[in-house]
Amino acid sequence: MSQDTNSELLRFTTAGSVDDGKSTLIGRLLYDSKSIYQDQYEQIKAASEKRGEDINLALLTDGLKSEREQGITIDVAYRYFATPKRKFIIADTPGHIQYTRNMVTGASSANVALVLIDARKGVVEQTKRHAIIASLLQIPHIVVCINKMDLVDYDEAVYNKIQDDFEKFAAKLDVVDVHFIPISALLGDNVVNRSDKTPWFDGSTLMHYLENVHIASDHNFIDVRFPVQFVIRPYKEEYHDYRGYAGRIAGGIIKKGDDVMLLPSGFTSKVATIQGPSGEQVEAYPSESVTVLLEDDLDLSRGDMIVRVNNSPEITQDLEVMLVWFDGDKPLLVNGKYGLMHTTQNIRCVVKEIRYKLDINSLHREQEDLNIGMNDVARIVLRTTKPVFVDPYRKNRITGSMILIDEATNSTVGACMVI
Amino acid sequence: MNYNLNHIKELESESIFILREVASQFENPVIMFSGGKDSILIVHLAYKAFFPARIPFPLLHIDTGHNFPETLAYRDSLVEKLGAKLIVGSVQDAINKRMVVEEKGVNASRNGLQTAVLLESLENGKYDAALGGARRDEEKARAKERFFSHRDEFGQWDPKNQRPELWNLFNGKHHMGEHFRVFPISNWTELDVWQYLAAEKVDLPSLYFSHERDVIEREGILLADCDYIEKKPGERVFKETVRCRTIGDMTCTGVWKSTASTVEEIIEEVATTRMTERGGRTDDKRSETSMEDRKKKGYF
Repeated sequence: MSQDTNSELLRFTTAGSVDDGKSTLIGRLLYDSKSIYQDQYEQIKAASEKRGEDINLALLTDGLKSEREQGITIDVAYRYFATPKRKFIIADTPGHIQYTRNMVTGASSANVALVLIDARKGVVEQTKRHAIIASLLQIPHIVVCINKMDLVDYDEAVYNKIQDDFEKFAAKLDVVDVHFIPISALLGDNVVNRSDKTPWFDGSTLMHYLENVHIASDHNFIDVRFPVQFVIRPYKEEYHDYRGYAGRIAGGIIKKGDDVMLLPSGFTSKVATIQGPSGEQVEAYPSESVTVLLEDDLDLSRGDMIVRVNNSPEITQDLEVMLVWFDGDKPLLVNGKYGLMHTTQNIRCVVKEIRYKLDINSLHREQEDLNIGMNDVARIVLRTTKPVFVDPYRKNRITGSMILIDEATNSTVGACMVI
Repeated sequence: MNYNLNHIKELESESIFILREVASQFENPVIMFSGGKDSILIVHLAYKAFFPARIPFPLLHIDTGHNFPETLAYRDSLVEKLGAKLIVGSVQDAINKRMVVEEKGVNASRNGLQTAVLLESLENGKYDAALGGARRDEEKARAKERFFSHRDEFGQWDPKNQRPELWNLFNGKHHMGEHFRVFPISNWTELDVWQYLAAEKVDLPSLYFSHERDVIEREGILLADCDYIEKKPGERVFKETVRCRTIGDMTCTGVWKSTASTVEEIIEEVATTRMTERGGRTDDKRSETSMEDRKKKGYF
């Protein structure tokens, strides 16, 4: 386990069913990095025996009673492990089509998508679906693990064929960084330790890849975006005129003394102070939670945005987005009104038009049947009650994303990515 | 120049974001404060999130009446230092009012009784968000928990019908009478918590550090001897050098043999241990799904 406080955090998502060996793979990563505790191990051993099975590592990830009863993963489960180099958060999601919303949830914050392929079966519909979701959610890196190599005699030709098939398919997607690794999760080949059964493979093991993949550039460091989350007013004598704008940097690097523009007013000012969790700092960069003080006495509130002069996001009430629909009770309604959350804005919108429905197995754009039910993906047009400050999702995953909320039930019913 | 946060700073930033989101989206939030390290961490992060303003949340302590005396002393001094408001929900009062009935027998614990008292306290205070220090790495049901976790008007958790949480967007909308449990340190592990508390030089209750104590052994777990535990025939009290890895009430919190007397030694111990921290919690051992069952009813 890592004792080094100076290691980076990598979030990755896995998707797949029990049959792919996904749970075995996660179990292997946790076990080989010594992240399974003895009492946990004994617990799953006892639970496995009760079910008349040998050690079933899936029980590690399937925590809920109904999941154990049905032998399936229903919800996203988060797992943690660390090596001396990095700390990892796994968003373990079920792979079946009816759980697309969970895959999308896990993918939204991931640096890496781990796609598992059974070497005996090759690229199947589920593989394509995972790759499409990774592309849609713009996960920066994809690693394709071709698993169960032991069952195909570690045959290089099988591996090459699957790699070719996947690459042909991925060419149609918006993915940049794809890696392939032949593994056996069950036997541990190329997971943590290099296998001597795949001498033809000169790439890195999965663990080596996860520890070394370059994630420092996964954020947008160019375009300054600081959504005001909360205004800090101390009401104390010594802080009489203090007005701090608290928030998390969504893009770019803000420096003390920078000329900034405030949205929606368009007023300009200068950054006077940046207050971080450990005191004043001269600059702040993406994912840092800070408090910004301006030189001029201006009245910003939650939902406003601080940007650099001459580098503004689009300010608009009309949006073209890719939507993933989550609601199992009601379909998406044209002319329907929904609550909308975008950065720190909480507003409303109306659905103006459905352009097409995307088949997430084939990428086919369906324009006849526009009934959008649970787990469907569609391109739609929205109009918001107030201007929003957006970037294309490709440019910034934070300022380019939003969720839709059912105004009667308050449920989160859709996820949108700005085109 | 490296513009990448290390993992502890990333977690700190994420937690501060959640705390500020709670202050923005809810009318009347409260911090559930147990006196354990995780709730101490929440308070410390809240201090940072709203500095130089005061923490905009009162602290709520559900007092089983079976606390370690050290916990109460720590709680009171922290409240005074912060100038925070403390609300105490008393399990003893609830027993006196016959709202709940005390368990009987040698393994009797007031742990389960806390749920009713917690729900009543939240209702009385009209709190619409209760911040807690639960972490996903603690327990398998907690691994499925959201940052913003919806509770219906009965305080129940429906694990199969949770709101998806994407990106930085947390939907805290709720109807009258419903509330949210919010867990800002969901993504921290036990080791992360210790490393951070060490780096920040946060004062901690003496219980976490090794000390000599009268203990009894029951089913492989050491329990601190006290008047609240009915001893089985043949159980004897002996002295042992121990410390707590979690702090709950005295009837169900196991203590561990340990000589770790500084935070650095605790980090060393946590980094090499082969047992989870809740491995000493007898409240989790009542059944395979005891945490899930309690959580569904409204437990922490």
